[in-house]
Amino acid sequence: MPGKVITITSGKGGVGKTTVTANLGMALAQRGQRVAVVDSDIGLRNLDVVMGLENRIVYDLVDVVEGVCRLRQALIRDRRVNELYLLPAAQTRDKTAVSPSDMVQVCEQLRREFDYALIDSPAGIEQGFQNAIAGADQVIIVTTPEVSAVRDADRIIGLIEAREKGPGSLIINRLKPEMVKRGDMLSTDDVVEILAIELLGIIPEDEAIVISTNRGTPIVLDGRGPSALALDNIARRLMGEDIPVYRPAREDGFFSRLARLVRGND
Amino acid sequence: MGNTVKIKGTRDGLLISMGGGDLGLMLAELRAQLSRSPAFFQGAKVALAVGSRPMTTLELQQVHDVLGEQGIAIWAVVSQSAVTRGAARELGLASASPPEESRSDLEAGQEPAVIVRRTLRSGQAVRYPGHIVVSGDVNPGAEIIAGGDVIVWGKLRGTVHAGAMGDDSAVVCALQLQPMQLRIGGHIARSPEGNKGKQGVRPEMARVQGEEIVAELWEP
Repeated sequence: MPGKVITITSGKGGVGKTTVTANLGMALAQRGQRVAVVDSDIGLRNLDVVMGLENRIVYDLVDVVEGVCRLRQALIRDRRVNELYLLPAAQTRDKTAVSPSDMVQVCEQLRREFDYALIDSPAGIEQGFQNAIAGADQVIIVTTPEVSAVRDADRIIGLIEAREKGPGSLIINRLKPEMVKRGDMLSTDDVVEILAIELLGIIPEDEAIVISTNRGTPIVLDGRGPSALALDNIARRLMGEDIPVYRPAREDGFFSRLARLVRGND
Repeated sequence: MGNTVKIKGTRDGLLISMGGGDLGLMLAELRAQLSRSPAFFQGAKVALAVGSRPMTTLELQQVHDVLGEQGIAIWAVVSQSAVTRGAARELGLASASPPEESRSDLEAGQEPAVIVRRTLRSGQAVRYPGHIVVSGDVNPGAEIIAGGDVIVWGKLRGTVHAGAMGDDSAVVCALQLQPMQLRIGGHIARSPEGNKGKQGVRPEMARVQGEEIVAELWEP
């Protein structure tokens, strides 16, 4: 059965696309899937660093596209987990080196070889993004619970829908339940109300992620902690399991309820 | 004066459609129509339809220049005439034959209103010379620009301009009126500060009263 190509994108930079791609890929591989994670951010590659595989890069995506090497030669096998491979981006080129139709062809090959090919998209809406979604069967949109990230995610969803790659599913990253309860951060409901697409999962803010990305050891390798659990749950949902998403809500403290009663609109 | 220059809204942006007859008269009519409502065309994607009229590159360039006076650039020319399409390509424009007369496009210029049956997302814009009705939300970052009224059966949180061709009597109605920026005709307003809470949001209508834009309860 042919594999699925899933592009992970966001619009806004720095919301966690690369971290999600690395961890989701690893979590799927840990659950027995044959997975390739692909870095399409040509010129600003990061997936190799987050995976801890940067010093094993010989060939990259641009080499494959230009016919300098075969796909197999460019894929780097991650020795920590069975059946997990990385196709790195080029660092010394830029987005013009690859076209959407090149990506469609590469994705065709990936579909034949893997159960899942996760494409890490660059930030933005220009050629890098267009390349990243060109061969996608499905798109995951990552956002943080911040107004500007949600604004950009909305734009991206609109573009994806216009290209008939929609509707996409959503991951809310770096959520801080305490801040949501205090009313200092957008809640899950606030975000989903604007973006109006299926919620694939919520990843809480977790210091351990910063450490893991710097070290090049994706957090799901360790397997413990709230964010590792959340990422694993997302992998299971992708594989078809029905796991409800826990949504921390704005908690009604006694005083806010009293205040509303006094104002007369409860 | 013959109304042989028509401005229509289509799915792909605006279409300026010119009929047959003397080119000089046509250009004068075009110039007159455009100068009546310059703001409406700001940043719009505009195509030119000339029917079966054969045009040379020089003539197309003249049209291009008249449009250029208002800061409008056309991106495509639609015509049954192969001569015209060739001239368009020489000027670096896209060219196309008119599609089979589909009812929706034919009526587009004559219908007084267009209905958009989906939520508009950030970065999407709908532009129409008549009224615009949205059955869905208008998210922040989305734009609605109408020659007539704007009615949103949902949350209006984006940017809206009603009466964009110079009509101060146009209105903006929404189930939840929380626009980033609201314009009617030549007037501009934004939501009052501190109105970010969700309590007590009711359907409202915004209109020009005197020199200001006011919002009042809308009872449709």
